[in-house]
Amino acid sequence: MTDPVIRISDMNKWFGTFHVLRDINLQVAAGEKIVICGPSGSGKSTLIRCLNRLEQHQEGVIEVEGVSLDGSVKNLESIRSNVGMVFQQFNLFPHMSVLENCTLAPIWVRQKTKQQAEALARQFLERVRIPDQADKYPGQLSGGQQQRVAIARALCMNPDIMLFDEPTSALDPEMIKEVLDVMVELAEDGMTMLCVTHEMGFARQVADRVIFMDEGEIVEENAPEAFFSNPQNERTKMFLSQVLSH
Amino acid sequence: MSAKTWTPKPARPAPANTVGFVGWARENLFTTKLDSALTLLCAALIIYVLDVGLGWAIVDASFSGDDRNACLKPVQGACWPFIDAKFGQFIYGRYPEMERWRVDWVFALGLLGLVPLLMPTVGFKRANVIFMLGFYPMFSFFMLTGGSFGLAAVDTSDWGGLLVTLVVAVTGIVGSLPLGILLALGRRSDLPIVRALCVGFIEIFRGVPLITVLFMASVMLPLFLPDGVNFDKLMRCLIGVALFASAYMAEVVRGGLQAIPKGQYEAAAALGLGYWKTTRLIILPQALKLVIPGIVNTFIGLFKDTTLVLIVGLFDLLGIVQLHFTDSTWATPETHITGYAFAAFVFWVFCFAMSRYSIFMEKHLSTDPNQ
Ligand SMILES: Nc1ncnc2c1ncn2[C@@H]1O[C@H](COP(=O)(O)OP(=O)(O)OP(=O)(O)O)[C@@H](O)[C@H]1O
Ligand SMILES: [Mg+2]
Repeated sequence: MTDPVIRISDMNKWFGTFHVLRDINLQVAAGEKIVICGPSGSGKSTLIRCLNRLEQHQEGVIEVEGVSLDGSVKNLESIRSNVGMVFQQFNLFPHMSVLENCTLAPIWVRQKTKQQAEALARQFLERVRIPDQADKYPGQLSGGQQQRVAIARALCMNPDIMLFDEPTSALDPEMIKEVLDVMVELAEDGMTMLCVTHEMGFARQVADRVIFMDEGEIVEENAPEAFFSNPQNERTKMFLSQVLSH
Repeated sequence: MSAKTWTPKPARPAPANTVGFVGWARENLFTTKLDSALTLLCAALIIYVLDVGLGWAIVDASFSGDDRNACLKPVQGACWPFIDAKFGQFIYGRYPEMERWRVDWVFALGLLGLVPLLMPTVGFKRANVIFMLGFYPMFSFFMLTGGSFGLAAVDTSDWGGLLVTLVVAVTGIVGSLPLGILLALGRRSDLPIVRALCVGFIEIFRGVPLITVLFMASVMLPLFLPDGVNFDKLMRCLIGVALFASAYMAEVVRGGLQAIPKGQYEAAAALGLGYWKTTRLIILPQALKLVIPGIVNTFIGLFKDTTLVLIVGLFDLLGIVQLHFTDSTWATPETHITGYAFAAFVFWVFCFAMSRYSIFMEKHLSTDPNQ
C-alpha cells in the first residue's frame, strides 16, 4: 500500500475545556472515499475541519500529504489549496459571479492568468452541469445549483483531497440528487474524498469505508456492506435504525 | 370522455377611478379622512413655504447693483449683488487674483478625474485611481502652494473660501477611508497590541470634539516636533481632520465587517487565500458595500465639519462669507441672511450630490435579486 495521504494518530482536540475529539486514529489512502456519520454534536465537522486546519488540534499528529499540521506549519495556504472543502451552507462569495467565484483562487493563489482560470472554471462548471449559469450571481441560483458551484469552485484548484461537510443537508429533497450525482461522478474519477453525510445511499454506492462517530470518538469503522448489514456496536445499531427509518 | 376546451376570459379595463392620476391620488393621498386632512395640511404648508421662500429669493430680491443701496428697498428680499461682488473671495479667499487660474486648473482637473472615476461604466479605473491618488495630489500641491516651476508662492494663510473647504474635505475624505479601514481591521485583529492601539486611537478621537482636535493640531502638534520643523497650519488641520474622521470611519467599517458571516472567511481560507487577500477580495468588498450609507453619512458630516477650521484661523467658505458681513459697503439688513443662504446652498449641493451618488452606488452594486 502507498503512503496514506492523510494520517491522524492519537489526535485530541478541545474547545476550551470541552473535549470534542478524543484519541482519533485514521489513515486515508489516495483515492479512498470515506463517509463519516454520527449524531449531531459528535464532532464530525470538527474532525474534517482539522484536516485543513480551520480548527486546530491540541494533541497528536495530523499529516496531510506528508506535512504535519501543527503550530510550526509553514505554508498552510499551499496545503489548504490542495485540499478542497465544500460546506453545508455553500459559502459562495455573494458579490462575485459564479465564474468569478471559480476563478478567484486559481488567479490569486495559483497565479494563473485570467484566461487560463476561466477556461478551467468553465470546464468544471460543465462537469457539475451548470455551464450556462457562469455569469449569474449566487443569489440568483437555487440551493442545489449553488452547492454545485461550490464544488466546481473547489475543483478549480485541482485539489488532491476533497472534504465535504454535510453538503446536502441544507437542500430541498429534489435538489439533493443533483448534488449527489456530481459527487458520485467525482468519486468515480478517483478523487480522495472525506464526506460527512447522512445520505446512506451515497455511502453504500461510493464509500470504501464508513466511519461512525459519537461523543468525539470513532466508534466504528467498516466497509459499507458490513457497516450497514452487520454493525458491531450497540450505539451504531441505534443510530442506523434512526437514520434508515426515514 | 370529451374534455371541455377552456378559453381564458378577455381582460377588461380597470375601473376608471382606480388608475391614472385619479386612481393614484385616491390610493395614496385620500385613502381615509385622516389621510385627506394630512394631505391638505401638508399641501398648504408646502405652498406657504414656497411662497415665502420664492418671494424672498426672487420676487422681492435685488439682482444688480454695486453697493448697499441696491438692497434697501422698503420690502427687500435677498441681496444677490452682495454674493456677486464677493464671489471671487468666497471661492478663492485671499488667493491673489492674478494666480487664481491655478486654483481653476486644480478644480477642473479634479472634476475631470473624478467624474469618470465615479461612473461605473467608464473603463481605465486603475489608471484613473493612480491619476487621482498619485498625480493629482502632487499636481494640486505644487499648483496651489507654488514656489517652484516658476510659479509664485502663495502662502496657505491666503487660501480661503470654497478652496479651503474642498481641500480640507477632500483630504479628510481620501485620508479617512483607508485609515478607517485599517483601524477597523486592527480593532478586530488577533494581535493584542495592534488591537489595543486601534481601540485606543478610535476611542480617544471619537471621545473629543473636532474643535479640540483642531486646537491640538495647531497648538500641541508643534510641541512634538523637533525644533525648526514647523509645518503649515493648514497642513496640521488636514491631518487633524483626517485622523478625527478616520476614527468615525473605523466604527462604520467595523459594523460592516461584523456583518460578514464566518463562512466567508472559512471558504476563503479553505481555498488557500491568506489574510490580506481574503480581506481585500472577499471581506472588504462586501463589508464596504453594506456600509455605504454609513460611509457617505460620515463624509457628509465631515464636509460640514470643515466649517470648524475657522476656530484656528482658517477661512473656509462659511468663515469667509461671515467675514464679509462686516464690509460697510454692503451693510444691509438682508446681507447676513443672503450670505448664509448662499453658503447653505453650496454646502447642500455637495452633500446632496454625495447622498444621491451613494444611493446610486448601492443599487448598482446590489447582486441580490431579492432587494
Ligand atoms: N467553535 C466552537 N467552540 C466551542 N464549541 C464548539 C465549537 N464548534 C463546535 N463546538 C461543539 O463541538 C461539538 C462538536 O461539533 P461539530 O460541529 O463537530 O459536530 P457535528 O458532529 O458536525 O454535528 P452536526 O451534525 O450538528 O453538524 C458540539 O457539541 C459543538 O457544540
Ligand atoms: Mg457538522
